[in-house]
Formats: sequence, structure tokens, C-alpha cells
Amino acid sequence: MKKAKNLIAAFCGATLLLASMNAWAAPKTLMFCSEGSPEGFNPAFYTAGTTFDASRPIFNRLAEFVRGSTEVVPALAEKWDTSADGTEYTFYLRKGVKFHSNKLFTPTRDFNADDVIFSFMRQFDKEHPFHKVGGASYEYFNSMSMQELLKDIVKVDDYTVKFILTRPEAPLIANLAMDFASIFSAEYADKMMKAGTPEKIDFEPIGTGPFQRVAYQKDAVIRYKANPDYWEGKAPIDNLIFAITPDASVRYQKLKAGECHVMPYPNPADLDAMKKDANINLLQKEGLNVGYLAYNSKIAPFDNPKVRKALNMAINKQAIIDAVFQGAGKVAKNPIPPTIWSYNDAVVDDPYDPAAAKKALIAEGVTNLQMKIWAMPVQRPYNPNARRMAELLQSDFAQVGVKVEIVSYEWGEYLKRSTDVNRDGAILMGWTGDNGDPDNFLAVLLGCDGVGNANRAQWCHQPFEKLIQQAKVVADPAERTKLYEEAQVIFKEQAPWATIAHSVVFQPVRKEVVDFRIDPFGLNLFYGVDLK
Amino acid sequence: MFLYFLKKLGVILPTFFGVTLVAFVFIRCLPGDPVLLMAGEHGMSEERHAQLMAVYGFDKPILVQYGYYLKQLAHGDFGTSIITRQPVLNEFKTLFPATVELSLCAMIIAVFFGLPAGMIAATRRGSFFDHTVMTGALAGYSMPIFWWGLLLIIFFSGILGWTPVSGRISLLFYFEPVTGFMLIDSLLSGQEGAFTSAVSHLILPAIVLATIPLAVIARQTRSAMLEVLSEDYVRTARAKGLGPQRVIGLHALRNALIPVITVIGLQVGVLFAGAILTETIFSWPGIGKWMVDSIFRRDYSAVQGGLLLIAAIVMFVNLAVDLLYGLINPQIRHTD
Repeated sequence: MKKAKNLIAAFCGATLLLASMNAWAAPKTLMFCSEGSPEGFNPAFYTAGTTFDASRPIFNRLAEFVRGSTEVVPALAEKWDTSADGTEYTFYLRKGVKFHSNKLFTPTRDFNADDVIFSFMRQFDKEHPFHKVGGASYEYFNSMSMQELLKDIVKVDDYTVKFILTRPEAPLIANLAMDFASIFSAEYADKMMKAGTPEKIDFEPIGTGPFQRVAYQKDAVIRYKANPDYWEGKAPIDNLIFAITPDASVRYQKLKAGECHVMPYPNPADLDAMKKDANINLLQKEGLNVGYLAYNSKIAPFDNPKVRKALNMAINKQAIIDAVFQGAGKVAKNPIPPTIWSYNDAVVDDPYDPAAAKKALIAEGVTNLQMKIWAMPVQRPYNPNARRMAELLQSDFAQVGVKVEIVSYEWGEYLKRSTDVNRDGAILMGWTGDNGDPDNFLAVLLGCDGVGNANRAQWCHQPFEKLIQQAKVVADPAERTKLYEEAQVIFKEQAPWATIAHSVVFQPVRKEVVDFRIDPFGLNLFYGVDLK
Repeated sequence: MFLYFLKKLGVILPTFFGVTLVAFVFIRCLPGDPVLLMAGEHGMSEERHAQLMAVYGFDKPILVQYGYYLKQLAHGDFGTSIITRQPVLNEFKTLFPATVELSLCAMIIAVFFGLPAGMIAATRRGSFFDHTVMTGALAGYSMPIFWWGLLLIIFFSGILGWTPVSGRISLLFYFEPVTGFMLIDSLLSGQEGAFTSAVSHLILPAIVLATIPLAVIARQTRSAMLEVLSEDYVRTARAKGLGPQRVIGLHALRNALIPVITVIGLQVGVLFAGAILTETIFSWPGIGKWMVDSIFRRDYSAVQGGLLLIAAIVMFVNLAVDLLYGLINPQIRHTD
């Protein structure tokens, strides 16, 4: 009898042990309900966050942003140094980094300088055999002025690469941490070129990143598996699945049902229910963005800073935050968000004072002013409802005797017309940072080079321009900070925009998700994330 | 019959040519261009814009572009998407089976429930059943698909937990597509539970997509049956002492089916239109959603190619319906 009992106990023990081993060995699969299909898997071709989300797990860059922050740290480059005149950057590459393999390619060597040269020269050199493969459109490379900035990229040895610039450029390292600067395998490219299918390197991507793409079905799913040889160590999860789910309400239902662990872009109306849900953690973080109203500073009376400032005083920004952002926003006083270094908190915002605004307008001889406000036809994190915002501005301006007509166009047309230097009216627009550098806001959106393009206020003010150009070439961060802080003071005095809001980003994740961090650039990053 | 087929084909070919023109002009009439949309808030210098327009061939006169497009089509080339940089035909072929599977199931539901509901409503005119069917049909026809889909998801998936929320199959199943039809591929995969998962994922979207066609078929069947039931030959059949089942099933239904088949044929177009919303709500990777995305991105090649292929399918389904008339009622092919 005792023997039988012992046998049963042993059997139960073994079963329990096996069961626990099985649980321990079960692969961890994280499901991410993404909002759309990527346009492709080569991030150098595209500008959309959805595409970067899909390519980020696959690739690395020379330098990278710390997850959940704008801080840049070494990645495929272990370190770098800069020449005294700031025009040469030497990168010392990491050794022993392995590329992925797929059914078309098995790497025979580790990552080295040839891969860096290939990845950048493909975009830079118009005669490069891969330049035109895939359509020859490298939008970020061009919009970050890399074409004008780069003089050459030289291989010093297998693990040292030198970037030679045409001028000093302090934000270069931050630029190189962006997705367009992802490193591809030159060996894979050679093999595909010889096979007569060079385009495969963009559709069947091979990188050095923490996850390897396993399968993709358009509008349905992207599957990744953890790269066991990843140079920073294997990811805590084994599989990563993007379940493509375009509708926000459906994403929420899937999250509730446990069909996904993480979802982006929740409906503002669902936030309250998410907060109350015991199975969901609603994470939140200030976005790296700014929503603004840009006057056309080339056209009277908006060419007068005092008129612009008077109008800014007529805007009840808090009412806009409450009505348009439903509380998920913060009043903006500077053209850069508080999450960016060099944000000048000492700047005092224009007070909401309609009486003073009216008086100031009369003092400038502006009476019976009629103007247009352009409302974007699309939703953006920095402006979830431009039409409503325009209506609130219309009502605010009416109180100071300014009659507003609201106009809107289809998005492509809106973008085109908004850059016209003779544009009639003030325009609602906004920006989400690309690399966490103040230059990416101040120079792109307010620099003289941007007039007739991304500088929608058409504002070119020399004292401001001098400061931001100086900040571009100075290497010392403290000195740069000082210059940008000064530039923000000038911006406030001159008021080319009415700065309206910085949004707060919400991201619901299931309770079993460990260490998911909201990315300031709006991406969704999964290396380092675990499941309980 | 063959002559009848040739006559019908003679109508289809110029229509097909017309569609190429409409598809080509329609997308270019929309304001905005794809190159500017690619740049977004970053903007783009005029030089860069011109350079990219030239890369994609959009800088050439519209007639030259159209001529080039027709030449491509003649070689069976539907162009390459300027966004995904993949051949349009490949994308269509990947996504089309999902739409067909969904539409076919929706059509089966619509016919399976719509025909009998309409028939019974007609034979019991004025009864409670008749009023229920007609009210239900009116409600189904007027239902905004987006709202209806979300309502079903919240109730059956969210509250009751009976069906999955969206997608074609649980993503924990993984197998390479063979036919592109999930019901077949899940069976072929041999993975336990895959087929059941595929079926459970299909239920809600098929019901949502079937709602409008079901309502239309039920109403059309009812009115066609009512018309036929008052004909002399039906009265004669009854006077001959035939049973109600034989009168309705053999004499009335066969004649009432002609307008019903027309309506079913026309519903193919409605299904494609409904698929746009249904696919978006249920994250169903089909051509409806693909077309909408392509229009928003001004992906000229994808929109042109997609429209053309969908139009071709609708035309051929209607041709098949026309041929079916001929089979059901030989008088039609003689008089047409």
C-alpha cells in the first residue's frame, strides 16, 4: 500500500515538474495590435511611423536612442570622435555583430565598415548600383539635408569609418540614430544583385536587430522571432507579432479580450474605461510635438509682430486643451516641447487677455480685420480635431473684433498650398520631432531656408537665424543650449506662430506586459519588453 | 447560345476600355499629388518635387501617361505601387482571396436566408411573419455597416466572448498560404483547431457584409413572388388541383427567380463596396481596404489597377448572370 502511495506521489511530482518545465519552456509571444500595414521594410524610403515600427525590430544604426528617451547612445558604432573643425566624424565599429539569415541568404561574415558604406552610399551616391533600386526616393536623407551635408564616407579599415562633412553639423549623431540610417548587409546586397533580384533586400530584410522578420501578410500580420545572436543579448520575448488592426475601437476590444498585449492610438473617448480596467495599464507621456497657428508673416497686417502678439493674447488656449484634446494636452508657450533639451521654461507665455488684445490691435491701426484660418482635414497627435480648434479660434478672435473665415482642403492640397509664400491666412499645423534635437524644430520650421517650404509662417528673422545657425556648428551642448534658449526668447517676442499645445500620448498595455516604455518619437519598441 | 455570349462579350469589351479611362482620369482629378503626400509636414522643395514627379513619370502630358498605361496593360502589366513598390497584380492576387472568401460566405448567408424569408413572406402576405421580415429587411438595408459591425463585436466578442474580435484566424496558428482561402489553407495545414478558428473568425464579418444583400434579396423575392402568384398560370395550376408546394416551388418560384437573380448579380458590386468598411472594422486583409488606402495615398497605379480588376470581375459576374437568364428562360436569349 505504502509502495503504491509512493508511486502515486512520484507520478504526481513528475507530472508537476514536467508541467512547470513545459510552462518555463513555452515560447513567450507578444502581440502588438498595430494601426496599419507598413509601406515597406526599408525605412530609408519612407517617413511614416507605422513603417518605422515594423522595420525598427530588424535593424540597428550606428547610434541609437535609448528606449523611451531622446538620449543618443552608441550602437553599431562603439564610439566616435570629431575633428577639431567639426567636419570629420570617425566611427569605431562594434566587432562580432551578426546579421540575420533567411532562405535567400546566410551571412559568411560579421558586420563591418562595408555595410556602413553601402547603407549610406546607396542613398548619397546617385551612381551607386542600388541608388535607383526601389524608386530612388530617400525622403528623410534628403529632408535632413544629408545630401548637402555629406562630402564623402571613407573606410579607414574594416572597423573604422570616417564621415566627411561639408560643414560642421552638431545634430549629426542624432540624425544617424534615425531610421533612415539603418544598416543593411552589403554582402546580402551583392548576392541579390548577382541573382538579378536586387529589390529583395528591401522586401526580405536582413539586419542585425533584436528580431528577425519571419513572415508578412499585407493588412494582416507581421511575424518576428527573437534574434538568438543579438549583440546586446537575446530579447526576453521569443516571438513578436504585429496584428494589423486599423480601427481604434476594435484594437481596444482585442486588448480587452487578450488578443493583443499592446495597442497604439487609443480613442480619447475610451481612455476613462481603460483607466478603470483591471487588466490594462494606461501609460502616458508628454509627446515630442507642438501644434501651432502660423501667421503668414509676409502679408500685412501679419508682417507686424505687434499684431501677431495681440492676436495671440486673444486665444484661450486652456479652452482648446479642454475641448479639442479633452485634457490630453498641455498649453504650449515655446516652439519646442518641454521634453527636448534647451527648452526655455523662463519664457513667459502671452496672457489670455481679450481686452488688452483688442486695445493692442487698435493701437496698431488694425480695425475690422478679416482673415482666414486654415483647418487641417486630418487628425494628428498635435491636433486631434483641427476644425474644432479653428472654430474656437474663430470665436476667440471674434471677441477682439476680428472676423475669421475657416477654410480647408484635401490633405495633399493643404500641404501644397500651405507652403505658398503668398498664402492668404493663418494655418493650423504641427510637428512631431524626428531626432530629439532642437534644431529639428527651430531650424526646420522657423529657419530662413524653410521659407516657401516647412516654414509655414514664411518667417525669416536674422537675429533668430543667426542663433540657430550658430547652434548648428557648436559642439558644446551647454553652449548650444544657451543659444537655443535665446532663440526661444526672440521667437516669443516676434510671435510668428501662436503656439497652442503639446499633446499627451496615451498607450494602453495589458497588465502582464513588463517594461514597455512610451517612445517620445511615437514609435513602438519591443526589445527589452517582457511578459509575466 | 454562343451567339448570345458573343453579343454580350461585345458589350463588355468597350465597357472595359471605358473603365481604364475612368480609372485613369478619376484618380488624377483628385486634388493633391502622391509625392507631396509622401513628404507630409516636412514639405518638399520645388526642385525635389519636380525630380520625384519625373522619377514616377507624372511630369509627362496626361495623354502620354494614358498611352503608356494602355501599353502596359496590353502586356498584362498593371503597374507598380509607388508606395509599396510591389507589382499591383501581386498585391491584388494576395488580397483578393480574402475578399472572395468573405463575399462568398456573405452571399451564401444572404441567399440562404433571404430567398426563403421572401418566399414565405409572399405566401403569407399580411401575416406577422411578413411584417417582421419586411421590417427586418428595411432595418438591415438602412443599417450603417460600420456601426453594425462594431455593435456585433462589442456584444458577441466583447461581452459574450463567443467570437474573436477581428482577423482571419488566431495568430497563434502559422502556416504558409497555399490557396489564399483561409478555410481551405487551415484545413490543408493539418493544425488542430486551425479550421475552427478560421470559421469562428469568419462568422461576424460575413453576417455584417451579408446584411444589406440579405435585405435586398428578401424584399425582391417577396415582390417577385407576389407578382407571379397573381398570374393566370398559377391560378390554373391551383385549379388543376396541384399542391401548394408544387405550385410555389415549380411554377411560381422559377419565374420569380429571374429578377431575383438579377438582384443577386448586382449585389456583387454591393459586396465589394461593403467589403471596404467590413474589412476595415474586422481587420480583414482584402482588396476593399487596400483600395481605400491607395486612394488616400494617391497611389495611382494601385487605384487604376485595382479599379480595373474589380470592374472586370463585376462585369464578368453580370455576364454570367445574363447567361444564366438564358438557361432559366430560353425566351430571353431568343428575344435579346
